[in-house]
Amino acid sequence: MAHIPDGVLSVPVLAGGGVVTAAALAYALKKLDEDSLPRVAVLAALFFVASLISVAVGPTSVHLLLSGLMGLIIGWAAVPAVFVGLVLQTVFFGFGGVTTLGVNTMDIALPGVLWAMLFAPLLVHATPRRAAWVGAVVAALSVATTAVLVALVLTLSDSSYTLSARIVLLSYGPLLVGEAVITAFACGFLARVSPDMLGARALRRGGKIAASS
Amino acid sequence: MSGKASAAAIFAENRDAGPLAAIDPRVRLAAAITFLALLAVLHTAPALIAALLAALAAAFFARLPFRATLRRLTAVEGFLLFLLLTLPLTMPGHALFSLFGLPVSEEGVRRAIVIIVRVNAGVLMAAALLSTMGTMRLAGAMSGIGVPPRIAHLFQLTVRYVGVFHEEYARLRRAMRARGFRAGSNRHSWRSLGHLLGMLVLRSAERAERVAWAMRARGFSGQFRAFAQRRLERADRLFILIWPVLLIALAWLEFG
Repeated sequence: MAHIPDGVLSVPVLAGGGVVTAAALAYALKKLDEDSLPRVAVLAALFFVASLISVAVGPTSVHLLLSGLMGLIIGWAAVPAVFVGLVLQTVFFGFGGVTTLGVNTMDIALPGVLWAMLFAPLLVHATPRRAAWVGAVVAALSVATTAVLVALVLTLSDSSYTLSARIVLLSYGPLLVGEAVITAFACGFLARVSPDMLGARALRRGGKIAASS
Repeated sequence: MSGKASAAAIFAENRDAGPLAAIDPRVRLAAAITFLALLAVLHTAPALIAALLAALAAAFFARLPFRATLRRLTAVEGFLLFLLLTLPLTMPGHALFSLFGLPVSEEGVRRAIVIIVRVNAGVLMAAALLSTMGTMRLAGAMSGIGVPPRIAHLFQLTVRYVGVFHEEYARLRRAMRARGFRAGSNRHSWRSLGHLLGMLVLRSAERAERVAWAMRARGFSGQFRAFAQRRLERADRLFILIWPVLLIALAWLEFG
């Protein structure tokens, strides 16, 4: 439901989302080392594949956004990663739109990056249990923020979407639960196996990125 | 996201067919963006009908596969159903009839139809112009119309690794299935999937590190070679002449 297609939103909203995403992309790309592009590509691909996993939550099943986990692992690089993933989904599956790339990237990537930045200090030397809790909180907050942003851009586009936007908000419930639970287990696993991975330190040059290297 | 989406769709490089195949990817990307941007401001019936017809014509000229295109359209219809279900009931206006005691307003129905036509025209046009050119040509087209080359290269590299991780993921899933794992809605399933995800992150991080070192060893310093662009040919120039005519006609139907 975070993939808004072409033809739904109004022009000012599309332009606003485009400007925000362009600024975030420029900032993220400037922050990267000149040779870390392959790393971002590898992780962007990983998150694209992971979003194809369907997770059963009660009677429904959801596809994960993983924006919270992305923020925790790659920080600002999540913005270009999400952008590239959305381009792929738009062109090859028809999910989302071309003119809405800016708005959709903003809705999905920014909450994950910002909440992860806020909570990253808690992950330093964290026990697996604490890492799992931080992962769950960041994932839940990211999905909730994404839901609010999607509802907001719909309402701002056209006042007659107001009630629909509220229903869209409710539809994020299962995703929030699934995302929080899976991210919690993934973060607990990473804290146990490779503690250096968490806290957006994965892309630092010379940072030890994996347990076996 | 529908479960039908497979990573395989991404690796079908260059399935171009029909008359549109002769057009340069840059020109097609620019055409798609301009059309979709204009589409966002169309509200009146004649303009929207013309836009839908143009999209259908483009789909025909691109020889889009019928069933795959239908699947794309139904995926969008799900989103629309969600969004528009309430419109006829909530918009104030002249009541057509009442449903469960709620008046269904004519304005609401009209607004819903406008959005349905607009979205479907957009999906068809984007599919016709972009979905068959293949990822590598799309990356070239992006850099050709002014997208920063780093994004275009990131896009290319990402596509390449999507394939790798899709295989990796399929292998891990097969291994889980072989041990009797069936995904359900319970703690054990979620823990297994969470660990699967963590494992994928770990392996991908190791691979990323290896790739970065391998590229550095071959002298990579953050600069790729520029994308090679071919010269525009007669078909392209013809298309560049025709396209603004279509856009102006749509704008005239809307505002004229």
